[in-house]
Amino acid sequence: MVDVKERIAKRVALEFNDGDVVNLGIGLPTMVANYIPEGVDIILQSENGIMGMGPEPERGYENKDIINAGAQHVTVNENAAFLDSATSFGLIRGSHVDVTVLGALEVDRYGNLSNWIIPGKLVPGMGGAMDLVVGAKKVIIAMLHTQKGKPKILDRCTLPYTAVHVIDKIITEMGVMEIQNEQIVLTEINTDYSIDDIQKATGCKIIVSKNLRKMDT
Amino acid sequence: MKSKIKNAFEAVADINDGATVMIGGFMSCGSPEVLIDALVEKNVRNLTIISNDAGMPGRGVGKLLTNGQIKTLIASHVGLNPEVAERMNTNNESEQLKCILVPQGTLAEKIRAAGCGLGGFLTPTGVGTIVAEGKKVIMMNGKEYLLEEPLFADFSLIRGSVADEFGNILYNGTTRNFNPLMAMAAKHVIAGACEIVKTGTLEPNHIVTSGVFVDTIVGGEKVWSM
Repeated sequence: MVDVKERIAKRVALEFNDGDVVNLGIGLPTMVANYIPEGVDIILQSENGIMGMGPEPERGYENKDIINAGAQHVTVNENAAFLDSATSFGLIRGSHVDVTVLGALEVDRYGNLSNWIIPGKLVPGMGGAMDLVVGAKKVIIAMLHTQKGKPKILDRCTLPYTAVHVIDKIITEMGVMEIQNEQIVLTEINTDYSIDDIQKATGCKIIVSKNLRKMDT
Repeated sequence: MKSKIKNAFEAVADINDGATVMIGGFMSCGSPEVLIDALVEKNVRNLTIISNDAGMPGRGVGKLLTNGQIKTLIASHVGLNPEVAERMNTNNESEQLKCILVPQGTLAEKIRAAGCGLGGFLTPTGVGTIVAEGKKVIMMNGKEYLLEEPLFADFSLIRGSVADEFGNILYNGTTRNFNPLMAMAAKHVIAGACEIVKTGTLEPNHIVTSGVFVDTIVGGEKVWSM
């Protein structure tokens, strides 16, 4: 399982351009920071009020007053700035974040995203997710292709939306997909799987790109 | 000028049952624990609490929740405090917690709008979702926005890393979060500080919250830790 998530995180890490401002969600998306290619410097934003977030501190060297949005101690880089929450979300809604990477419960071919509530079961709240996917210039969903075999990529999401028409790209252990004209277009394939495998694990029709290539890692 | 410095119990003396109270902090990083403790001690009930989250059990807003003092919680994320779900789902109606979830950026801006005298604002966040239910959708330059209204409180409990005796405040690291916004959005603002210094000691270029927003200052806050 760790390898599968690592593979997804490594592929997501290839999406950034030097100088991009990036917000990574909790869980798998956080792992992406470990695989940024040599020569690419990104500026990590944490919505609780950091621009220029650094790695985890060494044990015993935590600054108690500095946490990320997942309530873990982090460091800040020398170019960092601390922001209040209105400024932090002002810059998120104001398109100053180039890329956001989040997980999902469900996504669909319209680029709709559901990742904040399972009515009657799980009501954690949306936190900053709704603002992030509406405001970031590029929205990448990084997730396992299915929930224990049950498709998460659907014709229509069944759970309440986080936002509508926002997703640009979906990256799973099976491949890379883009939302194009209300269709899921497979652009890269992990050759451990066949197109048939991917179609079976997906709840709507997959269109295979004419330029389909092997998934980069 | 009359001194603004009080002890925690004097500071919260005017907060009574049914009050609406904003509490700063993000996962209790930057929450005024000393002031929250005084509210727990005072045991005021039926509070409406406005805060980013529900803290954790035994931390931040979580302490008021455990003590059954919160009637309505307005927050953006409550998933890290399992007690919220328990209290929302209790069969005992008089003890049931009402939780209103607001997108974090919208929550921050609603508080900012209140403090800045705005009648509301238009945000693209929440369009097409259940957050839009009951709200006016306004089309501007071909794009849909929700009309969100300002959010006021009777009291704000904020936390500063360093305050001077006038109430000017500096925030360390990520303790800043909602604190400067809440400092402007309530009728009465109480600041818990880790350190109180003489007025004139702080460099005016560095001050984030002006003391004119702060009514009461209480010392004894500690740096945040898990």
